[in-house]
Amino acid sequence: MDEIAILGVGMHPWGKWGRNFTDYGVHAARAALDDADLDWREVGFVSGAITVRCGYPGYVAGSTFARALGFTGAQVASSYSACASGATALAVARGQILSGVCDVALVVGADTTPDGFLAPNEGRRPDDTDWLRFHLVGATNPVYFGLHARRRMELHGATREDFALVKVKNSRHAVHNPNARFTKEFGPDDVANSPVVSDPLRLLEICTTSDGGAALVVASMDYARSRGVTDPVRVAGISLVTPTYPDPVIDLPYLATDSSSAVVPAEKGFKESIGAQVYAESGLGPEDVDLAEVYDLSSAMELDWYEQLGLCSEGEAEGLLRAGDTSIGGRIPVNPSGGLGAFGEAVPAQALAQVCELTWQVRGEAGRRQVEGARIGISANQGLFGHGSGVLVRR
Amino acid sequence: MPGTTKKRVPAVEGLFTLDEPPHLIGGRLIETGGYCFPKDLGGADPGAPDGAVEEALLSRRGKIWSFTNSAYPPPPPFVSDEHYEPVTIAAVELDEESMVVLGQVAPPSSVDDLSVGMEVELVLGTLYEDDDNQYLTWQWRPVDVGD
Repeated sequence: MDEIAILGVGMHPWGKWGRNFTDYGVHAARAALDDADLDWREVGFVSGAITVRCGYPGYVAGSTFARALGFTGAQVASSYSACASGATALAVARGQILSGVCDVALVVGADTTPDGFLAPNEGRRPDDTDWLRFHLVGATNPVYFGLHARRRMELHGATREDFALVKVKNSRHAVHNPNARFTKEFGPDDVANSPVVSDPLRLLEICTTSDGGAALVVASMDYARSRGVTDPVRVAGISLVTPTYPDPVIDLPYLATDSSSAVVPAEKGFKESIGAQVYAESGLGPEDVDLAEVYDLSSAMELDWYEQLGLCSEGEAEGLLRAGDTSIGGRIPVNPSGGLGAFGEAVPAQALAQVCELTWQVRGEAGRRQVEGARIGISANQGLFGHGSGVLVRR
Repeated sequence: MPGTTKKRVPAVEGLFTLDEPPHLIGGRLIETGGYCFPKDLGGADPGAPDGAVEEALLSRRGKIWSFTNSAYPPPPPFVSDEHYEPVTIAAVELDEESMVVLGQVAPPSSVDDLSVGMEVELVLGTLYEDDDNQYLTWQWRPVDVGD
């Protein structure tokens, strides 16, 4: 797969700021343009990641950000794929660049989120599985995280202490991240003393929702070279895969899995296929990766990703964690940014924030959370209703 | 209202029968025999382009694939009052259908009473009520309880 260059990255710090999402997106966009040393008027295409919680301007996010930066006649598109929206917006920009429609594109996602559980829109909708799972079962998002955590305990001998250790590790990383919302270091006792949300998971192990924004300036390799950037950070692979029928793993927002009674499930599960696509596009494998940013909606989910990205074999994630291999300074650091546990989820910005972190890491600009010698990083993430999301960033 | 009998109605029509014993109303792809639940909200089999689905009552017994609870009151459209009791939830493997179906676990069973692989059966329980009706949903109940 042809590569594109990442010329600039920028974020608005995550928090509960209560301002309009546009502010965060514009802040992040300006930071990315500054980082790229690029005038906004050079941008030929704006790719917005949609928020569904901020009214019409959120549905047309690309245009909202473009207008706030000052309309220039640039082309625009907006994408929604739940938590995967940022990766989708990046993929749309890559398509425009590689097809020659534009030389340089700005990708932006930002959100202003309400407190509490994410929940369906109002109104009685019995033909919507997302509505049914709340109404008939009370199955919030953490319920699914709890189901998978318990399953991990049963299959692989994971313990509550292992799950807590993920939180402890990531909180230690986040201490050094100025864009993280939670920068306090937590110990195992802090986790154990926080209330249960969905057994076996506790409050400190489940990601909250946040306000935030993230942006990337991406360009063709020729354009990067024309600006004197001879060895840019590159996007070498993007995954937007869907599951393959029948998917035998129960996942939100569904009430049931597909049935495997008539068709044998694919050898690779859905989440394994996310990383596999990124590796296939980039011509690289798990053995080449120096660090990973993964979607730790829960502490236990981070352990699943170690295996699903091939960082270790199935059943070995706890060993990797306990040995310190996934801490900064370890063999394959995971979530050096602090991950979602430290950020909270700003849905359309999150997949882009992962790419921001990977970019800073492979540039060697991550300060006290720097993964030494990092040259190749992978992100993984998943959006509701079957959206895979993964990006490989390399130098 | 003691002494009065409320009408038992499904909280949502068409997902389970009110028979004794009750069944989940799933779908079965006519072309391949694959199942889904709910009947009209399953993912299609790309190898069965016709996609026609007939009604199929699903097995009443299965084994717990995993379980958890919702310690905090879920937001609407879940209906709860100030007396919220944590809902226990199980994902249950149905052998014949080769699928996993979510559902509440019938009280008073809690996560402390459950284990992966435990056999459960389908019952109906009250989700919420008003002056006239009890609104029902399906629940999983450990088979060694209550019978």
